[in-house]
Amino acid sequence: MPKRLAVVDPGRCVDCLLCALACSRRFGEGGLARSAIAVRSVGGVEHGFVVIVCRACPDPPCAASCPVGAITKAPVGVRVQPDRCIGCRTCVLACPFGAVHWDEESNKPVICVHCGLCASFCPHGVIALEEVGSG
Amino acid sequence: MDKGLTRVLRIDLTKKRSWVEERPDLFEKALGGAGVAIELLHELCPKGADPLSPENPIILAVGPLNPLFPLASKAVAMFKSPHTGNLGESHCGGRAALALRLAGFGALVIQGRSEVPVYLTVHRGRVQFRDARALWGLSSSLTVGRVLREIEPGSGARTILRIGRAGERLVTYATVIAETYRHFGRLGLGAVFGSKNLKALVISGTGTIPIPDPPRYQKLYRDLWERATRSDLMRKYHDLGTAQNIRPLNHIGALPVRNLLATAYDQEPAFSGERLAEGFLGRRLACSACPVACIHLAILREPHPHEPYFYKTTFVSYDHEPLYALGSMLGMKRAEDVLKLIDAVEVWGMDAITTGVVLAWATEAFSRGLISERETGGLRPAWGQPEPYLEMIRRIANREGEFYTALGQGVRVASARYGGEEFALHFGGNEMPGYHTGPGALLTYLSGARHSHLDSAGYAVDQECLQRGASLSPEELAQRLFAEEARRQVLSSLVVCFFARGIYDSETIRAALATLGVERSTQDLQTLGVQILRRKHAFKQREGFELATLPIPKRALQTPTPRGTVEEAFLRRALGEMQRLLEGEHGMA
Ligand code: SF4
Ligand code: SF4
Ligand code: SF4
Repeated sequence: MPKRLAVVDPGRCVDCLLCALACSRRFGEGGLARSAIAVRSVGGVEHGFVVIVCRACPDPPCAASCPVGAITKAPVGVRVQPDRCIGCRTCVLACPFGAVHWDEESNKPVICVHCGLCASFCPHGVIALEEVGSG
Repeated sequence: MDKGLTRVLRIDLTKKRSWVEERPDLFEKALGGAGVAIELLHELCPKGADPLSPENPIILAVGPLNPLFPLASKAVAMFKSPHTGNLGESHCGGRAALALRLAGFGALVIQGRSEVPVYLTVHRGRVQFRDARALWGLSSSLTVGRVLREIEPGSGARTILRIGRAGERLVTYATVIAETYRHFGRLGLGAVFGSKNLKALVISGTGTIPIPDPPRYQKLYRDLWERATRSDLMRKYHDLGTAQNIRPLNHIGALPVRNLLATAYDQEPAFSGERLAEGFLGRRLACSACPVACIHLAILREPHPHEPYFYKTTFVSYDHEPLYALGSMLGMKRAEDVLKLIDAVEVWGMDAITTGVVLAWATEAFSRGLISERETGGLRPAWGQPEPYLEMIRRIANREGEFYTALGQGVRVASARYGGEEFALHFGGNEMPGYHTGPGALLTYLSGARHSHLDSAGYAVDQECLQRGASLSPEELAQRLFAEEARRQVLSSLVVCFFARGIYDSETIRAALATLGVERSTQDLQTLGVQILRRKHAFKQREGFELATLPIPKRALQTPTPRGTVEEAFLRRALGEMQRLLEGEHGMA
């Protein structure tokens, strides 16, 4: 069964950003420019956090919205073809979770590919890979 | 070295101008953080400058490891301290380091003074001056944070540094608050912000940092992540946080109680780490890039005074130091009362340690008749009573009248004016931290560059000697603490949190720097640590500081520690040795 990255226990998130920093390391770089996962407080850190990452929609609106077909459905989630992308940001608006992140340096979308690297660096069990269809 | 790191963002508040300077020279010499900041301070702060004048620079710096390795989470601030009149240095976690580095800078310098209140923003690497007249004078620093969070972009990867009323009114130990619950806490950076009419600084950054050797970097990262999460660091600081110290310190009789008239409660205090975790803990937070999450927030639920079944819920961040200063030092009994005082200090934006020691001095001075209700404006400070203290904190923050203005400059100034110097617990002008463990702690307070327990952690040497039944000569003690303080200069140049000092030995630091293309031998690192420490001491001396003649509060010598009473002669000899080490063989650096 294919796996998707899931936010399993957001209540334990401590805002360390280790997940987002891990995602950038996929490309052998540091920082956050091409990170596909972000963490935001719910109106102030005392009220907790939301982890913003692709949910792997079965019928992905981001893909449907792209005027040039640069986003296609994959076995889990979607794939972006940067060479086709014209940088119009339509997909950003289409995702109801705000999970289409934007790489300002290349002017292209960044969407999670559900590789699970971030989950292996979350110290507090907030995110995990889980089998698609299990919830 | 990463080109972004060597860029210094310069801001002139007088001329409303900003520019970028390339300073590879500084970063190659001193890595970043404290090492670079002290060089900039020597360069930019004129000798004898009034700390509250436009001349005093505010310097923020990060280092090559931020936020690329676990626990490389801190930013360093340097300035001339309005509280001690010499070195102002303070470290802060939260998102400050990540935001500054990913905004593409290794350091940021603010000089001058705006004629109207402003706040500064740095988004996409560009500086904007924004009108802060509406924010100036707000009674709560928390509101300032809330407003800026809403109106400024960059959520998720930004830092919001701001001052409260105490900073506006130039209380010499006003803090700068970051992200709520984190601080540039000690030595008065908040007053320097206030003196420049600078209410806040918002920095956002999501840039890239190139890694020259990705495979080695990834491997070392995983290794350090595993060491950090498996070490007892996690258990110690994640579970109870630094508040875990209260119980053992109370047990061995090393917890300063009631202005150090005593060193223990009969029973475990209601505000020990264990009891707070059981009864009040609501959430933990981490600084960016840190797996430990030592920040503990308590939930304080208070009934409304007039309306039945109506509650006010406040989140209060607690740590060992505020619990000591606003808890045991004031003889507090109830955890709720301590949390209320910590919250008040956060709201007005003052250093919790100094505020607690100031109130403790005032309470003793009042009980001895050195001051009366005439000075206090009708208030009767008394051990364990939160109400007068809450009102006194408000009056200090607002600098109401002569007495509270004196209190707003710390116990050195207050005791010089009203007497009671023998129980005014300051070292070099900075108020005492929460460990009365023995000669090691006292020597750290006296000789540490910032007069902070974190400078060289003498309390740890005391505890070790206590366990082993060993003792050190004054010279040996000075040498131990000097070596420790020098080693910590390297950590604060990278900038790695001191809690991770057990993980970042010099070989690990060497390897981490090598993955980033920075080649330094372990010997180079050791030499650098000593150099930075000497440069700090040179700055202090330049500003008139003298180690040898530093007053030692009598109370600290009279009240026994678990290692007995500490002799002044012992400390003087140790200070002599320390001076020799700080000045080096060839005189001052
Ligand atoms: S990016 Fe958003 S819309 Fe697209 S698949 Fe993921 S969650 Fe669905
Ligand atoms: S699963 Fe992979 S691509 Fe998705 S956020 Fe985590 S690290 Fe990034
Ligand atoms: S790594 Fe885990 S705890 Fe840290 S920010 Fe990401 S989800 Fe939250």
